[in-house]
Order: sequence, then C-alpha cells, then structure tokens
Amino acid sequence: MASLTEPQVDRRRRGPTPRPRPGAARTLGRLLPLAPAVALLVVFLVGPILYSLYGSLTNRSMSGPGAADPQFIGLDNYTQLFSDGEFWTSVWLTVLFVGASAVIGQNGMGMALALLLRAASSPVRALVGTVVVGAWVLPEIVAAFAAYAFFSGDGTLNIVLGWFGLDGPAWLFTFPMLAVILANVWRGTAFSMMVYAAALNEVPPEITEAAELDGAQGWQQFAYITLPMIRRAVSTNLMLITLQTLGVFTLIWVMTGGGPGVQTSTLPVLAYQEAFKFMQVGYGTAIATMTLLVGALFSVLYIKVLKPEVD
Amino acid sequence: MQVNNGHVRTAVAIVTAASLFALAACGSSSGESGAEASGGEDTITVAYQKTATFTQMDDLMQTAKAEFEAANSGVTVELMPIEAEQDQYFTRLALMNGSAETAPDVIYEDTFQIRSDAAAGFLAPIDDYVEEWDDWDQYLDTAKQAGLGDDGQLYGVSTGTDTRGLYYHKDIFEAAGLPTEWEPETWEDVLEAARAIKESAPDVTPMALYTGQAQGEATSMQGFEMLLYGTGDQLYDTEEQKWVTGSQGFVDALTFYDTVYSEELGLPLELALDAAVGGRVATELLPQGQVGIALDGSWLPGNWISGDNPWPEWEEKIGFAPMPTQEGQEPGATSMSGGWTLAVGSQAEDPQQAFDFIATALNRENSLTYYTTAGQIAVRADIAEDPEYLNYNPSFEFFSSLVDVTNFRPATPDYSQISANIPVATESVATGSATPEEAAAAYDAGLVQIVGEDQTTEAP
Repeated sequence: MASLTEPQVDRRRRGPTPRPRPGAARTLGRLLPLAPAVALLVVFLVGPILYSLYGSLTNRSMSGPGAADPQFIGLDNYTQLFSDGEFWTSVWLTVLFVGASAVIGQNGMGMALALLLRAASSPVRALVGTVVVGAWVLPEIVAAFAAYAFFSGDGTLNIVLGWFGLDGPAWLFTFPMLAVILANVWRGTAFSMMVYAAALNEVPPEITEAAELDGAQGWQQFAYITLPMIRRAVSTNLMLITLQTLGVFTLIWVMTGGGPGVQTSTLPVLAYQEAFKFMQVGYGTAIATMTLLVGALFSVLYIKVLKPEVD
Repeated sequence: MQVNNGHVRTAVAIVTAASLFALAACGSSSGESGAEASGGEDTITVAYQKTATFTQMDDLMQTAKAEFEAANSGVTVELMPIEAEQDQYFTRLALMNGSAETAPDVIYEDTFQIRSDAAAGFLAPIDDYVEEWDDWDQYLDTAKQAGLGDDGQLYGVSTGTDTRGLYYHKDIFEAAGLPTEWEPETWEDVLEAARAIKESAPDVTPMALYTGQAQGEATSMQGFEMLLYGTGDQLYDTEEQKWVTGSQGFVDALTFYDTVYSEELGLPLELALDAAVGGRVATELLPQGQVGIALDGSWLPGNWISGDNPWPEWEEKIGFAPMPTQEGQEPGATSMSGGWTLAVGSQAEDPQQAFDFIATALNRENSLTYYTTAGQIAVRADIAEDPEYLNYNPSFEFFSSLVDVTNFRPATPDYSQISANIPVATESVATGSATPEEAAAAYDAGLVQIVGEDQTTEAP
C-alpha cells in the first residue's frame, strides 16, 4: 500500500518531470494477477500443443517396436501427409463441413431466428427458444445418437416420409455429408441464436427509429444499421462456432464413423483413425497439429476481415 | 482507491497461490489414486473382451476367479471386461498397456497381436512358467507356435483355435432350387448360388461377406483373406520374408467383392459397413432366414447352443461347406486360422501369480467348457479326442476337418498395421469409389509406406 501511494505524491510535487520507472517489485505485483491464467494456459494449452508438435515428429505407435521406443523422424510424417491424397480430401471435407454447418448453417439460422423472434409474441418465443436450445443442451453423445436415430435407414425421418408415401434413401449412406451437416446445424444453432438475440437487444431503438423515419426498408435497416452495430458479436460468434465445429468428432463418429469410404472423414476423424485404428500415433498427431493450424488460419481470417477491435 | 487496490492485489495473490497449490495437489493425488486402481500386491487384474455375442470368456473368467480366489486366500482377482468390438478392443488394450498404472496383469490377446505387443514391451515372456506347468505337454505344436514372439520367447497360452467356412441356410437353398447338401467347387459356384437366391427370394440377402473398416480384422480375415488364400497368392512371401505387392490374387479377391456388391448379392451397404453387423448376422439375420450364405468363423454355433439368443433349430437349418479355392485348384478348399491366447502383462508385479491364474483358467475342465461353449477347435490333445467335446457340437467335425487346408496370417509384428489397410480396400471397392485394381494399388502404396520398399517383393 505504502509503495503505491508514495510515488504518486512525489510526482505531484515534481510536476512535469518524467514518470519514474516503477520498481521491479511493483511490476511483479502488477503481473501477479495474470499468473493463474498464464499458469492454466501453460499447463493445459501450451504444454499439450508443444507435446503434440513433438509427438508429430516421432514414429510413436500404439503397439509394435514404435510403442516401446519411438524414434525422432523429423518431418517425415508431414511429408507423408502432404503427399497423401486422403489428407487433402479430408482438409476439403473439413472446410466444407465448417463452412456449410457453422458459417452458413448455424450462423445464418441463428441470425434468422434471433431476428424473427424479436417480432414474435412471447409464447411463440418461449416455445421456439425451448425447442432450439433443447438440441444445444443435450450432451454431444446423446445428440449424436438422436441424429443417428433420425437419419438412419429405418429412422424417424424415413418413417415420417413414409406417411406421405415417400420412400427416403439411407441418408447416412447416400448423403452422409449432408446428414452430418444438418445434424451439426440442428445442434449448434441455439448458440448463435442466443449470441445474436443478446446483441440485437443492445442495438439502441432510437437509431432504428431514425433510420425508419429516413425511409430505410427492412433489409436496408438490417444491412446498414443492425449488422454494422453487431459486427463484433458476429465476429466473436463466427470465431467460436468455427473452432467448435472444427473439433466436432463425436457427432460424425457416431453417425457415420467417417464413412462410407472417406466421405465424412474430417480432420479430427482422420487423426483418430490414423492414431487409434492404424495405430500410428505419431502420424495421427501430425494430422491433429494440422487441424490446429487450420483453426488458427480461420481465426486470423476473421480477425483481419471483420476487425472486431476497431470501432 | 489506493487502499482498495492494495486489498485486491493481496487477495489476487492469495487466490493465485491457492490455485497453483491446488493444481499441484491435483497432480500428485491423481498419481496416487491411479496406482491404487491398478491393484495392490495381492490383486491380479484381468482384461478381456466381452460383447453381446461373446460372453464365453466372461463366463470362463468368472469361474477361474472363483477357483483361484478359493485356492489362494488373500488374493483378489479383479476382472476388467472391456465391452467393445474387436477393433476398439485392441485400441483400449493398447491404451491401458501404455501406462504402468493401468496395464493389466493378465491379458486376453489375439494371436496376431502377440508379436506386435511383445515388440512393444507390453507382454512378459512365460517360458520359465510353462516349463513347470504339467498341462503344457498337452498343447499341440501349432498352438505353442502361435504364442511365440519375434524373439522366439513364449508370450501367450492358446485358448483354442478356429477355422472359417461357409454357412448356408437350407430352407433358402431349397426355395431357390439349390441342393441342400451344397458343395461349391469354385468361387463362381458360390456366386451362382447367391444369384439363384436373389432370383427366388429378392428380400433375402444372398451372401453375408465381411466388408469395410468398421469390422476391422474380421474383414481382413473372415472376408478378404478367405478369398486371397484361395487364389494361390498370399500377403507375405515366407521364403523371401517380404510382403507381396501387385499380386493378381489380391485384385481377384477384390473383384469378388466388386461382384458381390455391384450385383447386390451382399448385405445393403449401409448395414454391411455398420460396426454391429457381425453380431447381427450371427444372432439375427441368419437364424431369421434373412441371409442365405455367410462366410464366417467356426464359433457361430456356440452362440446358438448356449448364447443369449439360443437357436436350437440350427442343426436342421444350417449347412456347412468349405470355402472353395478360386478355380477349384488344389487343395480344393481354403480356410484361415487364428485364435486367442492368455498372456501375462509386462507390468505385472508378480508374473508367477499371474501365470498361475492363467493355468487355473485353462486347466482341463475349464478349457473343455470354453472350447465347447465358445465353439473353439481344441488345442489340447487330451480334449481334442474327448467324446464329451466331440459330441457337444455337431459342427466341430466339419470345422476341425478344415485344419488340413487352413492358413495362418503372416506372423510379423507389423501385420496388424498392414492388415488395417485391407478393410479400407474392400470398403472402397464395395462402395464403388475405386476399382479392384485401384484399391489394390492403394494397398500396395500403404504397404510400402509401412514396411519400406526393400521389405516388399513384386508378385511373379
């Protein structure tokens, strides 16, 4: 306490003299509150990332000589990965899955629902809100089984189609990517909806009213008033759902197992298969590391394009 | 304000210190509890597989636990059934073996994993213990061979072996105008029968053939290798000790898959590629007459006799036929043999005690029960000729006769890794995403990646 008050008094007396350098103890004191966060980040984030980077440079395997004594093999895993057509297919599938289910699906649906619910009567709002949030509240494994039961050959969807005399295909087999994308949209829309509903509430009604007086149409209001004002919420939301969707494993694994063939094997599924099915842990880790990189790329893209920090 | 800041700072410092301390505490306490979980000195942990269609090992272990605990007071046997299909079982086991705290003392281990897991240091050699075990002399030489590691040491005691062949449903054959005593001589005969079934009963799946990645090693062994080893080609050249690439037999075996799925003679793909299909064919589809022919292992009748879904009528309804070679070439039929073992984990605190448990589990009486209920081909000479064994299950005679033509999987530590690429090839052919030639080329590329160019040899 004393150390904090004294320099202040000094400064006042000396007038415009340059601010004295704070003592080392004081710097330490100021950094101290960051310590728990830094410690947690190092233990649970930086550590595993570094370990995974190291793991991806070895030939560690689940069984065999590679399990007893993993060798450092440099960038071999990566050169093998980049020359593997399956990896590039998987990268494309991942981008498709993230783009269609998160960026377009969850994000668009969430925004649409938030906008529509603003105008809805309160019973409708409560009902729709409950239904949408219900999917989000479910644990991922439960949601995955529910989606599997819905889309499978003799599942709910085809039974309902049957009532109308329609004969649905085996969705998980014929349109596996579509099925997992729809399932992920169903599961994740609630999050975007809630983020946007909160953001829309923060838009001052005066501005909207002023725009209305100036004769702005509904979509013009949305494009020129609402959207710029909630831009930061959009950016945060996109970033969060992208990273979340990038890591989706359980949903796809339960519904299709990455198949048929490799039609739904996104990067996390591929990494799991290489590490735990083909027993090549080092190679699987290399894929996981690439997934990390894809996530980082998406994040940089959002920060650059949407510039959330500038107002 | 200043005073407040100071307070806040002190508080934060305390919280920080406390949280760091808590973290450290977490680390150490979890370590201790982990060690406890793996059992104290007088606890033997036993890991084995248990599924809806495979409860016989569980029965055996329960019996052995009771007997062993009664005979050795103060010793606790902790059973750890792993409820997973084959592929997942290997993964779970490998993960358990990865840490000294979770590694089991006694492991139910597939023979094809022994060399790999021994090389990984997961298993303890048991040569010294079997020497003093009277029953060991009863074991057939092939069974003794099956437990060897690459270093020539013994790592597992066989729990029985198996063969594979064709099951066919006589009612469906009769309806299709096929002989109820069926003896196919070539692959074409098998396909012709399947086509006849498709003609007469469109709702029935003509032939169940293990396909795709979800079945893992079952696809490799019960499916693909049953075809490949009937072409004259093999996966591994034992003379040159090199893996074979570019063999015509490999392409032909995949072409068989292509024919089955392109002519819709197999299960609908969405079902065929499902992880649970193996169990469903055995317990549901075949008994209900929804599958005409099934290429499967010798253990199915065990389920029908004493499993959760008994099917007493099987003796009248089911016929057996050896899987013919491609063109009927010598020896006319083919089969694959594998089998499982009980092994001692390398982290076992008292390997002698762990082995003693295995000796109890596989004594004459327990072995007899297991061979009969699990549909195993006996590997103990004293049981193989026992009328109680021979009369228990009418299918034993048929499946034992296949021992003459049977093949074994390449016994190398990397077989399991290489074999994982075979289901991929069958799946890409079955789904039509690759031709048999393309899928075979992809397998070859994967093979070279695993073993290196110099460990492969071009097929003549």
